[in-house]
Amino acid sequence: MAAAIISLPAAIRRGDIVTVRALIQHPMETGYRRDAGGILLPRDLIRRFTCHVIEGDARMLAFSAELHAAIAANPLIAFSLKADRDCVLEFQWSGDNGFVHRESRSVRFLA
Amino acid sequence: MSVDGWMTGTKTPFEKGGRPRQWAGGFAAFAIAMTGIAAHAQPSDPRKSGTEYLSPATRALQSNDAENPAMLWVKAGEALFNEKPGADRKSCADCHTATVRPLKGIAAGYPRFSIAANRPLNLSMQINLCRQQHQKAATLQHESRELVSLETYVAHQSRGQPIAPWRDARMSQAFINGERHFKTRIGALDLSCADCHDRQAGKQLAGNVIPQAHPTAYPLYRLEWQGVGTLSRRIRNCMSGVRAEPFAHASAEMIELETYLASRAAGMTLETPGVRP
Amino acid sequence: MKRRAALVSIALAPVVWGARGAHADEADFDKAMRSFLAGAKPIESRVTLRIEPLVDNGNSVPVTVAVDHPMAADLHIREIALFNEKNPQPDIAVFQLTPMNGRAEVVTRIRLAGTQRVAAIARASDGQCYLRTLDVIVTTAACVEMD
Repeated sequence: MAAAIISLPAAIRRGDIVTVRALIQHPMETGYRRDAGGILLPRDLIRRFTCHVIEGDARMLAFSAELHAAIAANPLIAFSLKADRDCVLEFQWSGDNGFVHRESRSVRFLA
Repeated sequence: MSVDGWMTGTKTPFEKGGRPRQWAGGFAAFAIAMTGIAAHAQPSDPRKSGTEYLSPATRALQSNDAENPAMLWVKAGEALFNEKPGADRKSCADCHTATVRPLKGIAAGYPRFSIAANRPLNLSMQINLCRQQHQKAATLQHESRELVSLETYVAHQSRGQPIAPWRDARMSQAFINGERHFKTRIGALDLSCADCHDRQAGKQLAGNVIPQAHPTAYPLYRLEWQGVGTLSRRIRNCMSGVRAEPFAHASAEMIELETYLASRAAGMTLETPGVRP
Repeated sequence: MKRRAALVSIALAPVVWGARGAHADEADFDKAMRSFLAGAKPIESRVTLRIEPLVDNGNSVPVTVAVDHPMAADLHIREIALFNEKNPQPDIAVFQLTPMNGRAEVVTRIRLAGTQRVAAIARASDGQCYLRTLDVIVTTAACVEMD
């Protein structure tokens, strides 16, 4: 199974715009490389990344990305989020060969 | 004690005045020895970690755990450390707790003489030996994702610790042989490790600076590899770079060279996991 | 002398991307951007594209794109797209943003097969597009893996 690391600031105040960093273990094989024997390595890419904000029954797409072969192996995607509600963040990476990985994190505010 | 060995090239860090020094072993003696070594890693120390030669962007990548891709291997390694892979249903964590056989500092002492194997081992080999002996599990292939992840997790637990070669007379021959490997010209390009890493260190080769070859941050993420690899893998890259037949993983020669490199770097701070171009 | 020549030969050895023959040309680069713009005329302002001008290794090049633009419900940046001139394909990524982001800024790491231009285009909810291009010099690593 792939390892993924989601990083949020340790202390968030309501109303802060915070940086979310999402890092995942994946070769992002381009389909253009050959192995030592000259055999073309098949393309194996993460194609899509999504971040949903879950608030009660509401599930809203906050940020997403379409990725191509020019994204480096073990992709890092960092973006901003306005932390104005108690919520759960759901992250999903999906791609070739049925690859799917999910992570979730709660957003908690400083008391 | 230890750094004079590699600077003069006459004595090994494992003996003084030609008389092999037996260390009683035990963690207390080890800890005292380490205090002495740490004193050498002063600002006046001419030795530089490869980290000091990095571009600002790559250095920033190494220093930020939220962006350092090698932290993915640390995380995967932690999960493997807690798995029970073998017939004995024992995890690494069952033997290595915070208080019993703690991991802190362990990686900084490799390569190390193993009584069980009756030869010096690097950390990859020790992990495999643990799997065989204590977990009744299959050994992992060198440089496999699993073994590199475990080693990266274990080495990361020593981040900030001084590199502390185990002072044991039985490592003396490995050091002597390792120094010879370091100084012997090899390959179609007829270059020794010392030709580049002692005499040309700090100069440019292709887009990068030639480092002093101190193993301060292994296993590390190389942008070229697009993944994490061990010191052995890096040495093999260097050897094919000079068009020589690389030492095999876990071969006596490889461990000897790693032993010499560790002694050269004694007292320098372990930074695992590093990032290199 | 012999050894100096040898060092140079190491320096010239490697290829990062591994592509042989396949690379996008300027026409593909322009075509990909035109396709994304879908007829819109981009303004060369508001977008900051940050990449080190001299890159260690083309396998992993840190990129930051920031757009100086409101992120309000009625007017915000909806998409940020990245393109390159000389990789086998001109597309790098398209990021879809919402007002929930609060700030139009993304960071990622990309592959660049050699020295080339990189472009970032941001599309706002009112249809206006903003463009920034940058030239990046990519050096190659020595003693790359051969086994």
